[in-house]
Amino acid sequence: MKLRDMTELAVRNLREAILRNSLTTLGVAVGVASLVAMLSLGVGLQQLASSRLAKSGLFDSIFVTPKTNLRGPGAGPPATRAAAPKARPLDEAARVEITKLPNVIEVYPQIRFFTEVRFDGKPFATMVAGMPESSKQSGAFDGMQGAFFSSPNADEAILQIEFAKELNPQTAQLIGKELVLRYAERQSLPSETGDGAPNSGGFSVVPKEKHLRIVGVVETEPASGFGGFGSGRLLIPLPVAETLRAAQVNDLRDVLRDTSSDKPAYASLTVRVKSPSLVDATEAKIKQLGFGAFSLLDASKSMRIFFSVFDLLLGIFGSLALAVATLGIINTLVMAILERRREIGVLKALGAADSDVKQLFFVEAGVMGLAGGVLGVFFGWLIGQALTLGTNIYLKRQDLPGVEISAVPWWLIAGAIGFALLVSLIAGLYPASRAAKLNPVDALRYE
Amino acid sequence: MPPSTTATGLPALRIDHVSRHYRMGESSIRAVDDVSLVVPAGEFLALLGSSGSGKSTLLNLMAGLDRPTSGSIVSEGRNLAELSPLELARYRRNTVGMVFQSFNLLPRMTLEENVELPLRLAEVERGERAARVQEALERVRLAKRTGHRPSELSGGEQQRTAIARALVNRPKILFADEPTGNLDSATGEAILALLREIQSTMDMTIVMVTHERHLAERFADRLATMGDGKLLSTAATGAPASTQVPTQATTGAGQ
Repeated sequence: MKLRDMTELAVRNLREAILRNSLTTLGVAVGVASLVAMLSLGVGLQQLASSRLAKSGLFDSIFVTPKTNLRGPGAGPPATRAAAPKARPLDEAARVEITKLPNVIEVYPQIRFFTEVRFDGKPFATMVAGMPESSKQSGAFDGMQGAFFSSPNADEAILQIEFAKELNPQTAQLIGKELVLRYAERQSLPSETGDGAPNSGGFSVVPKEKHLRIVGVVETEPASGFGGFGSGRLLIPLPVAETLRAAQVNDLRDVLRDTSSDKPAYASLTVRVKSPSLVDATEAKIKQLGFGAFSLLDASKSMRIFFSVFDLLLGIFGSLALAVATLGIINTLVMAILERRREIGVLKALGAADSDVKQLFFVEAGVMGLAGGVLGVFFGWLIGQALTLGTNIYLKRQDLPGVEISAVPWWLIAGAIGFALLVSLIAGLYPASRAAKLNPVDALRYE
Repeated sequence: MPPSTTATGLPALRIDHVSRHYRMGESSIRAVDDVSLVVPAGEFLALLGSSGSGKSTLLNLMAGLDRPTSGSIVSEGRNLAELSPLELARYRRNTVGMVFQSFNLLPRMTLEENVELPLRLAEVERGERAARVQEALERVRLAKRTGHRPSELSGGEQQRTAIARALVNRPKILFADEPTGNLDSATGEAILALLREIQSTMDMTIVMVTHERHLAERFADRLATMGDGKLLSTAATGAPASTQVPTQATTGAGQ
């Protein structure tokens, strides 16, 4: 018999005992749902944890310094210092070179300085931090009031909420307002004095002002990379911060150190790569270029191992319900054979081969499995949504931001339906072969 | 006058020393015991005998529903005893049609769907099926009410449907196991007249099991009487040639 005819007959037969077959299908659906709910929880928690880790910037960042910087002035015996007199400065050329390395997303300096802000005519002291464009994706700005910087060069500012409350308790009213950044610009001494003396590496400090428009207020404290922006309370685009040439906290160290270079150099650079797994290789390449490089170990690897075990355990518990559903399918089909002995006899008398009868029961099991699988995935997704909703209501009461704790990726949908189909076909094996073996004469005599 | 044989002159069935024994615990029951019989192509043969005489068992053996313990049943040059289960299923599907005392229509299918069932099994193209079903239903004069379910019909109509189902795959031999057993005598007569008509118009071989000797004598060409698993006697009936069968019995239930 052709598959289409077989399926038509199978669906028809299933409809004849609609209540029993619906209950069996529902059993499969509950089994699949528990499997999907368990695994979606595992997957969701894993995604949540790994995205938090990835967004933290801790595991896909490399911290680059000039080699001498690690040693510090006067460290080590003089012989060693003499052996490496030509440590490469971490200047603009080095930044470009590192940017060109494979898998590097961006390279940026850490810019942070303590300064005074005037708002509404009143002075406030605060820490200003430059934010790279990539920090928009870090998750720290999700759910912020207002918006992220309109462009990397916009004269705009985002306030950390604690600081924003100091300016105005109604933080929403701050957006669109202007504030004045008063900062000390670093200027090289020769140009300042104009006497043409050789560059001594010193600088003078000139007070400057910068007008910034407030575009947003962020609740969580953005962190990006180690030594990052954790303590920044007034955030401005990094390119804008670079143009300010503000005197930074570590500038004094530059003065003390013999830079032996007339170009401005970075005290450190943060290098972000595409994924945590690429950190090791990129770090080695940066060291080959002659810089000091440092990163945290790939913590995500051990996390993945933990979640594989976690998923396995959840999957086993979920499968138990499906195992019970399998027994339900076997029971239903064996009952159907008893009820339909005569029909099987008629089919055989009309010329149905053993394989036709076997396939018919097989397709019936398959249809129940498929329907149960589809329904189960839907139920499982609902359970996941309910868990997420419940968790978020709880988190909201604790004044914590909401999270997505359940995820149903396409492979889980396909896998669950496929698994339900497979399990139901296995469950159909015994009833189908028993039906196929029925002797037509006995089956027709059966009343 | 005996019915016509096919051009080849081969019999439809040649049964040679066939026995069918059943094991019941310690003892063995000889349901069919060393029966030899030739059924010429185109003949309407009636198998007579009391209950337990082995006539139904013999019919099942000829129809390929059961296998003989010994002996051979040859149809179209093939010994049914030696066919594989699949080949035997194909024989049932393509070469023979089956009609039962209790009709054995599938209760949740309409008449049309019941008649279509052998076509599904034979993997006949969907486009061709409707015409074949219609043709078979017209042959048994049941072109109307074909969307109804068996329970909505009279016994006679159900048996006509069963006959249409048996004919739809254009078999060479039609087997009927007590086709009138569940019908009143008038309807039974109409069914037998229909079978007789089919035999003549389709040049069909028919083997019918019955215990209504008077009907068998009127409609069959030959009677074979069984008792205790053995073939006791065969005798021509001298029934009128099939074309002369009066048709008033069949017209009533039809249009």
